[in-house]
Amino acid sequence: MESVRYEAPNNVEAAVRLLAGENGAKVLSGGTDLIVQMRLMNRVPTVFVDVKRIPRLSALALDAKGLRSGAAVPAATLYGNETIRKLWPGLAEATDLIGSSQIQGRATWAGNLCNASPAADSVPALIACGATVVIAGPKGERRVPVEQVNVGPGKTSLAPGEFIVEFEIPAPAAHSSDAYQRLIPRSEMDIAVVGAAVALTLDAGGVVKAARVVLGAVAPTAILVPDAAAALVGSKCEDAALERAGQAATAAAKPIDDRRGTVAYRKKIAAVLTRRVAKIAYDRARAR
Amino acid sequence: MSNQNGSGSDRKFKVVGTRPIRHDGLDKVTGRANYGADLALPGMLQGAILRSPHAHARIKKLDVSKALAMPGVKAIVTSADFPEIGSGGMAAGESHIDPKDLQANIMARGKVLYHGHAVAAVAASTIEQAREACKMITVDYEVLKPVMTLAQALAKDAPILHEGRKAVGVPPLPEGDTNIMMRLANAKGDVDAAFKGADVVVEGWYEASMAHQGYIEPHATVVTTRENGQAEIWCSTQGPFAVKSMVAVTLQMDPNLIRVTPSEIGGGFGGKTTIYLEPVAVLLSRKARRPVKMVMSREEVFRATGPTSGTRIWAKLGVKKDGSFVAADTRMEFEAGGFAGSPMGAASMTLYAAYNIPNFRFEGLDIVVNRPKVAAYRAPGAPNAAYALETAIDELAQKLAIDPIDLRLKNAVKEGDVASYGPKYDRIGFIECLQAAKNHPQYKAPLGKNQGRGVGAGFWFNVGLQSSATVSINDDGSAVVRTGNPDIGGSRASMAITVAEELGIPVERVRPLVGDTDTVGYCDLTGGSRVTYATGMAVIEASKNVIEHLRARAATIWGCEVDAVEWRDGQAVGTNGASNNKPLSLADIAKQMAHTGGPIIASASVNPPAAGPGFGVHLCDIEVDPETGRSTVLRYLVVQDAGKAVHPSYVEGQFQGGAAQGIGWALWEEYLFDKDGKMENPGFLDYRMPVASDLPMIDTVVVEVPNPLHPYGVRGVGETPIVPPLATVGNAVSRAIGVRMHQLPMTPPRVLDAIETKKG
Repeated sequence: MESVRYEAPNNVEAAVRLLAGENGAKVLSGGTDLIVQMRLMNRVPTVFVDVKRIPRLSALALDAKGLRSGAAVPAATLYGNETIRKLWPGLAEATDLIGSSQIQGRATWAGNLCNASPAADSVPALIACGATVVIAGPKGERRVPVEQVNVGPGKTSLAPGEFIVEFEIPAPAAHSSDAYQRLIPRSEMDIAVVGAAVALTLDAGGVVKAARVVLGAVAPTAILVPDAAAALVGSKCEDAALERAGQAATAAAKPIDDRRGTVAYRKKIAAVLTRRVAKIAYDRARAR
Repeated sequence: MSNQNGSGSDRKFKVVGTRPIRHDGLDKVTGRANYGADLALPGMLQGAILRSPHAHARIKKLDVSKALAMPGVKAIVTSADFPEIGSGGMAAGESHIDPKDLQANIMARGKVLYHGHAVAAVAASTIEQAREACKMITVDYEVLKPVMTLAQALAKDAPILHEGRKAVGVPPLPEGDTNIMMRLANAKGDVDAAFKGADVVVEGWYEASMAHQGYIEPHATVVTTRENGQAEIWCSTQGPFAVKSMVAVTLQMDPNLIRVTPSEIGGGFGGKTTIYLEPVAVLLSRKARRPVKMVMSREEVFRATGPTSGTRIWAKLGVKKDGSFVAADTRMEFEAGGFAGSPMGAASMTLYAAYNIPNFRFEGLDIVVNRPKVAAYRAPGAPNAAYALETAIDELAQKLAIDPIDLRLKNAVKEGDVASYGPKYDRIGFIECLQAAKNHPQYKAPLGKNQGRGVGAGFWFNVGLQSSATVSINDDGSAVVRTGNPDIGGSRASMAITVAEELGIPVERVRPLVGDTDTVGYCDLTGGSRVTYATGMAVIEASKNVIEHLRARAATIWGCEVDAVEWRDGQAVGTNGASNNKPLSLADIAKQMAHTGGPIIASASVNPPAAGPGFGVHLCDIEVDPETGRSTVLRYLVVQDAGKAVHPSYVEGQFQGGAAQGIGWALWEEYLFDKDGKMENPGFLDYRMPVASDLPMIDTVVVEVPNPLHPYGVRGVGETPIVPPLATVGNAVSRAIGVRMHQLPMTPPRVLDAIETKKG
């Protein structure tokens, strides 16, 4: 029988040393994916490197520049924060959809991102908000936009020994907001068939100045859809603009048939959610 | 929640109809209750099962030698360790079981018939060692083409699951090798002529997916054996006596050597009326001379334990303009799984049971496919049959522009009508249920855009069967009631309420116990909605026998004739010459037991040949998102005749639970197999049973039309609630989108397809 070690370093450098030291090392923060995969899929690491005792990873700082959140801050803390809910309502609602209430007490953005499921709920919302991750590794630290972290199902661009330390999210400009929705057959405890996140910035007259549209579960990773964003820019999210954005989403979606949905259904839903989510983000931005 | 009385029994109850806290509640909410996997014995080994990676294959060679040499391994069993037995039926609650099939389902012999079929088992010191050893067992398979659907099973060139086995039942039967294991058919009147005389006729195919019971507690057992051949079995089961006889037959053992103790049970819904692990654990324990524990994972539960049948049912129904049914015709195809024995027979009997249809015909086929062998699931077969008929009725109501409840009222069976399956109905409450649904505020609530309201009805026989009960009095005047029926739906509370009612003591002074096969009298299994009805009758009888003792003791104390003592409101009261005596409470008499004749205890047994049938009517309001096809249940109502609700909260709980399972079956639950016949969703993530947030608060109306066969008027209530939902939800969705749905589950893609097909 294989044995598993457990380490809980209290600084980033020690964690990097442990992670770089062996191939079978895994970062443990919430463990809501890792432990399940170990039990059900027999993916047993050689060592769990618990990062929750590293102060930076549990810190949360909000200022005029934006949010800096440690990678081990649990989902419940994030969406439970009133300022985060006010500034990034879409990101908060996406974070509130991960797993269940019980899971959200442990689950983290970093875990949701590094598990690299194309259907992760927080990832499209993080990308829409322009979030960046700070990655620590044997060569020091680097900053990478969230959309560059996942490269395929279960695969990240993190090099051996690297792990996510923090998320940085820039403070939204005036008249900005975001929204996220996913389609699941049930109401919770389910995996997105399609997810869509939209972040918008309007001018004083209510015209969209900047947009980011991101889809989940329709490609090997969450994808930015610049054509959908372009369809919204210059509009007031009228029906025609929403329709064009939806068509762009359908065109950009490259889903697969699996037990959770078909190609045809996912492409249709990509359009429906893009329209709906853009409208919600627009109404929120107008109200700010 | 409300309560509607029928004309009612005259008896004024003191405890029956109240809602005390259940006696087993504290242990369950604090985690103290011991379930199947909770027992540990000294020296106990852990067992694991090697399961087939193929849906259909011949086992050419099986070699366990490498596995036997693995560290910690103490015993391995395969089908070679099971005795060869012949075919022949044995009764098992509501279904018939072929012992040879039962054994071959527990451990594959020669052929594997579904992905996950057991082929060998290992007992080792740790579960990890047992699992590692399973990997070292080599099996040489000749992989055969799997038969995954009814259409594939019935195809001309279909691979045959059971070569040489002939279909049985009503001719004409297929000749030669076939996947049809049984054909049933029956008819009344001149169906074809009646259809010609009908004003409106609807017909169509209705498909429902195989569905699992979804009990939260996986199957689990601990077994220890002795040198004298005895086997002690602890397990999670609905019927310890059934386990005893099934283990005896599969291992060809003397039943006298077997003792079965039921653990607390975390759900069964019919799925724990059969056995999977117990004989395997007995054999492992015998070989290893150690106790053995076996616990299934959720994945094993899905792959290898009994769901209920997926079905394709063609139904045709004809009416006169005034709404009176004139003819019905049905062909039912039931997936049996890897072995014969779907609930097609029960389905054919319940199909037309709720209505007066002068001319009818049906044909039913029991068909084997390379899927897990089906087991009983709450009113087995009836939901599938009702899905077809109740949907056809809804279509007729729309075509005739008649209110769907009125159309049912026009044709509903009542006292004195002859049921389609034979007997004449005594007092039944179908009309009362229909009227209660019609009068409920939900039926008048306005519907918004994209919303639809479905109506559906359901029938279930309920059963009586054999039960025993023992009531004993403690010296402090409290009582203990013992039966042999595992409590899956609050039956301990009903047994205690019954004793309290009869003896006239507070319900908290009664301890209800579920015994093992050596400590209580025989009880048929917990199933067929029979426990509160039949076992309850045994408890009433046993309590009355105790009262006879109590009167005799009072007479001894008073020095009078027994006839001069009455038992009234929990005390012995003197009459006719003994009336000067101060009444004696149960506690007074109990205190003096030792001086008046010793311990007070009485038993009783019953074997009611019939039970009062249960009828239910459901309403479902649904909203469908027209752009995604996703359904949201807005409101749901269950109206059902309980005869007399002994503990109304658990009656309502049964109503709500059955509805929740039926809604899940209608909207979300589905077995998905890949092209090789491997189940793709063997877990609750993708086998989508409803979670709390998926459902509204399910409203209930308890109708009470007393059952003349029971002293309190009780009817079984556990199964009827799952009969109407498939059609009720289907009718709601169909009305919401303006297209008739013919396939369950009504997943968002299927509903969106239907909407888009309508748009053209």
